[in-house]
Amino acid sequence: MNRIVSRTRLSDEVYKVEIEAPQIARERKAGQFVIIQTDVEWGERIPLTIADADPHRGTITIIFQTVGVSTHKLALLEPGDSLEAVLGPLGNPTHIERFGRAVCVGGGIGVAPLHPIAQALKQAGNHLTVIVGARTKDLVILEDEMRAVADELIIVTDDGTYGRKALVTEPLKELCQGDNKPDIVVAIGPPIMMKFCAESTRPFGVKTLASLNTIMIDGTGMCGGCRVSIGGATKFVCVDGPEFDAHQVDWDGMMTRLRAYKGIEDEAHKEFHEGGCRLDSLAEAARAEALGARTDGGSR
Amino acid sequence: MNGGNTTDLASQARALLADIEQKTLTNKDRMALPVQDMPCQEPAVRAHNMDEVALGYTEAQARIEAARCLQCKNAPCVAGCPVSIDIPGFVGLVAKGDYQGAATVIHRTNLLPAICGRVCPQEKQCQAPCTLGKALKGVDRAVQIGRLERFVADRERAAGGAPMPHVQPQTGKRVAVIGSGPAGLTVAADVRRDGHEVVIFEAFQKPGGVMVYGIPEFRLPKAIVREEAAKLERMGVRFELNTLVGRTVPLAELLQEEGFDAAFIGVGAGLPKFMDIPGENLVGVFSANEYLTRANLMRAWDRERAATPIYPSKRVAVLGGGNVAMDSARMALRLGADEVHVLYRRTREEMPARAEEVGHAQEEGVVFDFLASPTEVLGSDKGIVTGLRVMSYRLGEPDASGRRSPVAIDGSEHDVAFDTVIVAVGNESNPLLAKTTPGLAVDKKGHVLVDEHQKTALDGVWAGGDIVLGAATVILAMGEGRRAAAAINAYLKGK
Repeated sequence: MNRIVSRTRLSDEVYKVEIEAPQIARERKAGQFVIIQTDVEWGERIPLTIADADPHRGTITIIFQTVGVSTHKLALLEPGDSLEAVLGPLGNPTHIERFGRAVCVGGGIGVAPLHPIAQALKQAGNHLTVIVGARTKDLVILEDEMRAVADELIIVTDDGTYGRKALVTEPLKELCQGDNKPDIVVAIGPPIMMKFCAESTRPFGVKTLASLNTIMIDGTGMCGGCRVSIGGATKFVCVDGPEFDAHQVDWDGMMTRLRAYKGIEDEAHKEFHEGGCRLDSLAEAARAEALGARTDGGSR
Repeated sequence: MNGGNTTDLASQARALLADIEQKTLTNKDRMALPVQDMPCQEPAVRAHNMDEVALGYTEAQARIEAARCLQCKNAPCVAGCPVSIDIPGFVGLVAKGDYQGAATVIHRTNLLPAICGRVCPQEKQCQAPCTLGKALKGVDRAVQIGRLERFVADRERAAGGAPMPHVQPQTGKRVAVIGSGPAGLTVAADVRRDGHEVVIFEAFQKPGGVMVYGIPEFRLPKAIVREEAAKLERMGVRFELNTLVGRTVPLAELLQEEGFDAAFIGVGAGLPKFMDIPGENLVGVFSANEYLTRANLMRAWDRERAATPIYPSKRVAVLGGGNVAMDSARMALRLGADEVHVLYRRTREEMPARAEEVGHAQEEGVVFDFLASPTEVLGSDKGIVTGLRVMSYRLGEPDASGRRSPVAIDGSEHDVAFDTVIVAVGNESNPLLAKTTPGLAVDKKGHVLVDEHQKTALDGVWAGGDIVLGAATVILAMGEGRRAAAAINAYLKGK
C-alpha cells in the first residue's frame, strides 16, 4: 500500500499527487513511469509518468488530468488514503548528455513528465530553452518550476490568454531557423502536438525525441498492447521506450491505436458523472480530447 | 469427447462400482472397465459463463477409474511425470477408497495437485506410456491419471485442505524468489520447508503468474491459486507484490545489499510474439497475453464491475494451435463473440494444445480452420480490422522435428471477414532481467542458461520455468523449480 502524502489541484482538471514509494523514489530516473491502481480487484492499471521524486522523503509525484473514470477515482483520493498498487519505475530512462543547445517542448499535461527531463538536461550542462503550450491560461502548469530551470522560457496559448498566441510549433520552428539551431529537441504532449513537432524539426535535421503514452496493461513487456511502429519495426513502448526518435514514429498508426476503446470509455465516463461524481470539473470528453490522452493513460 | 452427462455418468458409475466391489478383479477385468468420462457443464451453457468446465469425478467414478490401473511393477507412468509422482501408489489407494492416503503420496513430490490435475498435458506425459493405454491401443484409453489427481486434491481441499508442510527451524538464511508462477511457488515451498526465509517478488498485483493472468477461470478457478498462495503465507513465505526486480530493485542489490543468500529467477517468458505480417498493428489485433490478461487478471469479463475494457468482438480469428490459442478462442466465445475461428497452419494431429482443450473448444462451437494461415490483416481506412487474407496449406514431407511441414498452396489466398484477431503464436523471453543483471548468461533467444541443477552463471542464482525453457507448461516449470530448490537447499547447507 502506498500512502498519499499530498494532493494539489493545478487547474480545473489537473492534479498533482505525492505518493509514498521509497524504492521507486530511489531508483527512478528522468523519463520513467509508474503503473498505479486505486483498487487491485476491479481497478485499471494506469500508466503515469513520474513528474518528480524525493528519495529522502521516499516519495514520488505524479501529475495527471482527469479524463476517464480511473483518473477521476484517483483524483478523489485524499492525503492519508492509500493506493493499492504502484509499480515502477518502468521504461528506459531518458538518455541525458551534454548535447549543447536543448529545447524542451511541453503541451498541456505533457509539461509534467517533461520537467524532470528538462532538469536533467540543464544539470548536464545544456543551454535549455523550454516551450510550454496550453489551450488557455488556466491550463498552463509548472510555469515557475520551468522558469527556475530554463535559460529561456517561452509560453504559448492557443487562445492568446497568456503568453504568445501560437501553437508550440511556431517558436520551435523559429529556433530551428535561427543561428543557434537546437542540438536536441524533446517533445511531450498530445500525440498530434508531438507529430507536428517532429514535422517542424525534420527539415532542419534536428534530433527530436518524443515520449509516448500508448495503451498498456502490464508495463513490463508482457501484453504488447503498447506496440507502435518505429521506422517500420514494431516496438513496445513499455520496454523499448517510452522515448523514441520522433521522426521515426508512425504517428497516425499510434493515434489510431489510442482510440481503440474510445467508445467504451466515453460511455463509462458519462455513466460515472451521471452517477454523481464529486469532482466539480465536469470536463466534457471533447475538451479532454483536445488536450490529448497524455497521462490519463489507463490500461484501456 | 471427454464430456458426459453428469447424472448419467454418476449413476452408471455407482451401479458398476457396486458390481465390481463384489469380486476380485483380474487384469482382464480391469482392462474391460470403461474409461470414466469427465462430467462437464453442457457446452451450450458453459460457452456463456466463466465457471469451471470440468466438474470432476464422482467418488464412484474415481474408484472405477483407479481400478483400471494394472499396477505395473515398472510403472512407466512415473517416468512420464516431470515431478515423478508415485502414480501406481496413489491410484492404488484411490481404488481402495483411501483418499487421504492418496493425497499424502501425491504431496511427497507435488505441492500443487489441484492445479496439475487440471492443466497438465497428461496425454503427453504420465498417460502416454501407460501400459493400459498401449494395450487398448489409444492414449485416450490410458488410466486417467490427471483426473484422479484432481479428484484426490479436490477431495482434500473440501475436507479443509492439505496439512501444513512441516517447516524446519529458522536457519537465518534468506532466499529471494523472482516471479510467483508455478516455478516460483514450488521453489518457495521447498526452500521454506528447509527453514530458510523466503520472499517472493511479483510484478503484478496478485500472485500466481500465468495461472492468474493467462489460464482462464473456466479451466483453473482462481480460488485454487489463491489458496496455494495463502498456504505459502501460512508457512511463513512473504510476498512482495507490485515489485519488478530489475526495475524496482536490481537483482544484484538483493544479493549484495539486502542480505539474500540465494535467488531463484522464475519470471516466465513474457514477451508476446507476433506473426510479422502487414496490418498487425491495426485496432482489433491483440496478443493472446493482452486479451487474456484483460479478461483474467483485470477481470474485464465482468463488464459491470471491472474498469478495464475489453474489445467488443463479434467475429474473432485466433492464430495458433497451442493451449493459449484454445484459451483465447474459448474466452472470446464467453465474452460474447458470435463466431470464433482458430487458424492453424497444420492439422489437428500436429496441434500442440491438449486434446481435452481442443475437444472442449470444438464442443463449445469454436471453428477450426486447419491448413490455413494469414498473410495479412486487412483494415478499414480508419485503421480498424476488417478481416484476414488467408493462405491455404497442404502437408509436405516431415521436417527435422518429425512433423510434416506445411507447404503454402500458390494462388490460394482468399479474404475472410473478422473484426478481431488474437495472435497466440508463443512468447519470447523478456529481456529486462538479463539487461539489468550483469553476468547473467542468456542464449541468443534470451533464455537464461543453467546447468543440470538449474544454476545460472551467477553465484547464488538459480533459474527455471519458461525463462529457461521457452514457453512450456506449468508442470515442467514445477519440475525445474523442484530441482532448483534442492540445489539451493544444498548450497545453503554448506554456506
